[in-house]
Amino acid sequence: MKPTDTSDPDYFHKVVDCQWACPAHTPVPAYIRLIAQGRYSEAYLLNRESNVFPGILGRVCDRPCEPACRRTRVDEEPVAICRLKRVAADHRGDITDQLPKKPENTNGKRIALIGAGPASFTVANDLAPMGYECTIFEKLDKPGGLMRSNIPAFRLPEDVLMEELDYILNMGVDLKLGSPVASMQALLKEDWDAVFVGTGAPKGKDLEIPGRQDAANIHIGIDWLESVAFEHTKAIGKQVLIIGVGNTAMDCCRTSLRLGASSVKVMARKPREFFKASDWELEDAEEENVEIIVNHSPKAFVHENGKLTGMVFEQIEYDLNLAGAITGQRVTADVMIPCDDVILAIGQENAFPWIEEDAGIEFDKWDVPVIDKVTFESTKRGVFFGGDAAFGPENIIWAVEHGHQAAISIHNHCEGRVLTERTPDEMALKSAKMGMMEWRYSNAYDDAPRRKMRHVELVERFKKLDTEVELGFSAEQIATEVERCLNCDVHTVFEAPLCTECDACIDVCPVECLAITPVAENEDALRGALSASENGNGQSLYVSSELPLSGRVMIKDENICLHCGLCAERCPTAAWDMQEGILQIHYADDQAGSPKA
Amino acid sequence: MTSFRKPKIQRKNEPLNDLGLARVDYEGAMSTLCAGCGHDSVTACLTKAFFELSIDPAKAVKVSGIGCSSKTTNYFLNDAHGANTVHGRMPSVATGAIAANSNLIYLGLSGDGDSLSIGLGQMAHAMRRNVNMLYMLENNGVYGLTKGQFSASADLGSLPKKGAPNEYPAIDPVALALSVGATFIGRSFSGDRKQLVPLIKAGLKHKGFALIDVISPCVSFNDHKGSTKSYAHTYEYYHQAVHADYVPPTDEIKASYDEGDVMPIELHDGGIIQLRKLDQNYDPRDRAAAFQKVMDSKATQEIVTGLLYIDETQPDMHEIQKMEDRPLNEIPYSELNPGAEKLKALQGAFR
Ligand SMILES: Cc1cc2nc3c(=O)[nH]c(=O)nc-3n(C[C@H](O)[C@H](O)[C@H](O)COP(=O)(O)OP(=O)(O)OC[C@H]3O[C@@H](n4cnc5c(N)ncnc54)[C@H](O)[C@@H]3O)c2cc1C
Ligand SMILES: Cc1ncc(C[n+]2csc(CCOP(=O)(O)OP(=O)(O)O)c2C)c(N)n1
Ligand code: SF4
Ligand code: SF4
Ligand code: SF4
Ligand SMILES: [Mg+2]
Repeated sequence: MKPTDTSDPDYFHKVVDCQWACPAHTPVPAYIRLIAQGRYSEAYLLNRESNVFPGILGRVCDRPCEPACRRTRVDEEPVAICRLKRVAADHRGDITDQLPKKPENTNGKRIALIGAGPASFTVANDLAPMGYECTIFEKLDKPGGLMRSNIPAFRLPEDVLMEELDYILNMGVDLKLGSPVASMQALLKEDWDAVFVGTGAPKGKDLEIPGRQDAANIHIGIDWLESVAFEHTKAIGKQVLIIGVGNTAMDCCRTSLRLGASSVKVMARKPREFFKASDWELEDAEEENVEIIVNHSPKAFVHENGKLTGMVFEQIEYDLNLAGAITGQRVTADVMIPCDDVILAIGQENAFPWIEEDAGIEFDKWDVPVIDKVTFESTKRGVFFGGDAAFGPENIIWAVEHGHQAAISIHNHCEGRVLTERTPDEMALKSAKMGMMEWRYSNAYDDAPRRKMRHVELVERFKKLDTEVELGFSAEQIATEVERCLNCDVHTVFEAPLCTECDACIDVCPVECLAITPVAENEDALRGALSASENGNGQSLYVSSELPLSGRVMIKDENICLHCGLCAERCPTAAWDMQEGILQIHYADDQAGSPKA
Repeated sequence: MTSFRKPKIQRKNEPLNDLGLARVDYEGAMSTLCAGCGHDSVTACLTKAFFELSIDPAKAVKVSGIGCSSKTTNYFLNDAHGANTVHGRMPSVATGAIAANSNLIYLGLSGDGDSLSIGLGQMAHAMRRNVNMLYMLENNGVYGLTKGQFSASADLGSLPKKGAPNEYPAIDPVALALSVGATFIGRSFSGDRKQLVPLIKAGLKHKGFALIDVISPCVSFNDHKGSTKSYAHTYEYYHQAVHADYVPPTDEIKASYDEGDVMPIELHDGGIIQLRKLDQNYDPRDRAAAFQKVMDSKATQEIVTGLLYIDETQPDMHEIQKMEDRPLNEIPYSELNPGAEKLKALQGAFR
């Protein structure tokens, strides 16, 4: 087997499980270290470079980083990455003068951004300081997209949202509210250098079963949440059924409780392990005494004298195989559950009624636009898509990443360059050694369990619709939680020519992830030499070049290394070193060969 | 925080042994030896062997003398009994302890200085008595703890870090053991855990005196060019003659090896040591042949390793002396000390 090529920037990037899992590749351990040092503003700004909305995301991010966290391989729960992001936002000082600024002169290029959600805002964030004239057209009277219209204020307060949107608007972005774009053809006739479609996936799915058309009290989840957000809807019945068990359902049930419902049931078709909602959203709903009922499939709405009185469900029994997949199912009974209102939260779709068939933008057979996965360009030159509008509903952090990528494409497009000419990521490594038994990071393993977010008392939180439930971390919680991070970006870097094969590193490693072994043909044969090879989580096996004394190789299972630095500390020749890896991602303003604004 | 204590961490899917204990239950305090010291690797191999044999740490006794090697008792099996004794005197203390309680598992830890310089007589007599223990001699050719003076195992002509070459011939502990009656004699290298771990297991299971002479380089004072106990020298002249694997009584013995390749030796506990001979004509049950092999290797500078000699048939000290099987602390006082009258009667019988 060939020695591992660690010069590929992806090699060490992948070792940082959280950063690799984050769609925008937020440098998590680096910002956690800044928080640990009390440098909150710097931690905020570092976050902002990649994810643009640390205050928002520190509350409501889908946090794909957390399930990926390395910590889960030795501990029950991941580092509270998202909560720590909020810590950076909560405790930052005034950073306005350190944000990208409105340029003195524009470059004369005009970009139309449709929809004022996180995707469009990210494009504007990247392009406006470079001199692009960005105009956002928004249908509604407030900006923010679903972050404003659907994510309830008790999870994301309006002032937190507005503050971060204002940072971008202050870069000289023109926001036109109450301005739906009604025709793509018409827009294209105007004088725009590029168009970005960030209109989201605005259509909530309906449930076509008997009785659907007959009553007023059946609501489409995302439309209902929007009408609550804009105060058109101020009340709901006492007994409410939510159909579906995704994240929208969780927001619907909790909102209902704040509008006067006393009994809220979330009706799920399948058993709990198949739920789409994140664990923490389920927990938060259950804490508010929402009842989640499994194995009930909606059959019909029931009315009396034109008034909704309940719903009939088929109760279902499932057969599961050992792997937990459903292999069979049968209806065991019909059950009627009384209710005053029903909210349908069974999914969203893209809808582009305003894009004419002959606008030159191709849609596939499911009416989804055909978008390039790298450049985010549609089949029409100069028209780009991003966020939920591109590939269907995702989440905020994906919308942000799409925005960054689309901004690079728009810039290339305006500069007349090939869109795929994108400056690749770079990885800079610098030694973390300060001296004997002294490292530039907290290498000690702290076995503290994850800190639990404090919540506002139940009675208190139901009094007002916009009382934020989560209180943020206390000083003690911050101090403990930062130490739980393993600093996976401080990498073990090996210099084979220095190794004297004394085995000190192998002996000291607390998780047994190193071995010195004869060269072998394939990875499996090499892994056999490890006392603890787990071969999971998509992590690699590091293989060194041949060692000078015996010609064997050093191998390391990247999956279970805790980045404790003990191997480097015990190595007599510094063949192992701990080096901080700094991933450099090049955004639109930092593309090779482009004139910097 | 920066810290250099090895944290006790159990991975999620880490195996437990037959006692339900984890690898970390066999660890000890963080080593204070120099980074890269061979002794730490020996410690790691001992930890692994005890874990894999599912020996209850509280049933083990670690005894050592003085030296870096002797300090290592602190770095593993935290729950075991132990005594750091006087320089060179570990064998007597171990002999006494075994006389008092033969039901525990005895491990002696020593260095070449502790055993071959100041403690030579002590070690020789423990071997002669076939005391039932595993004796690890962590051999680096120098007194590491006192900053690297040559010990009695330093080879003639070996160069020190500074100063004149060694002018005395080396005492070879394997040759010595062959001549004074040890019944299990092995040599290994701290850098070869594949060989050392099974060899330690076999030594622990052997009834009688088991010596393992482990080349265990001193990185600070004897790892330079011209030293014959350095990592580089050992890797260069390393030669495996016999590989020993311990197979517990319960495991079915795999009959996959060809006859002649593998030599099974049955132990007192019903387990088996499987010897895989890498030098075809070598018979590790033949004391004279073993002596010949060791002497021949001197000429080529080869470091011959593996289980070089074994004799399972010899009685150990306990048996020879017809000693009490019960630990002395479990025998009622009245039985231990039957009283003045009984003593008088006994003395009378000798008159
Ligand atoms: C109930 C609910 C809860 C959610 N919770 C979370 C969460 O906790 N965390 C998370 O990460 N994600 C969450 N999401 C998903 C997240 O909100 C979206 O993925 C994200 O907002 C998508 O961003 P976007 O920029 O693509 O579009 P959107 O945020 O959907 O914004 C699109 C904007 O375009 C406007 N628009 C549409 N058509 C036109 C037009 N023709 N002209 C002008 N304007 C137009 C819309 O009014 C809207 O303001 C949730 C979604 C829902 C429905
Ligand atoms: C009676 C006595 N004499 C001398 C010493 C000094 N002394 C301490 S350790 C040591 C040598 C240890 O050498 P070795 O057993 O090879 O151990 P190493 O440190 O090399 O592992 C000596 C001479 C002592 N402690 N006690
Ligand atoms: S940093 Fe080194 S010693 Fe620590 S877990 Fe990783 S490989 Fe093992
Ligand atoms: S501690 Fe250093 S010299 Fe020793 S085996 Fe490990 S890498 Fe090689
Ligand atoms: S002085 Fe030598 S023997 Fe002692 S700890 Fe250091 S390397 Fe090991
Ligand atoms: Mg010594």
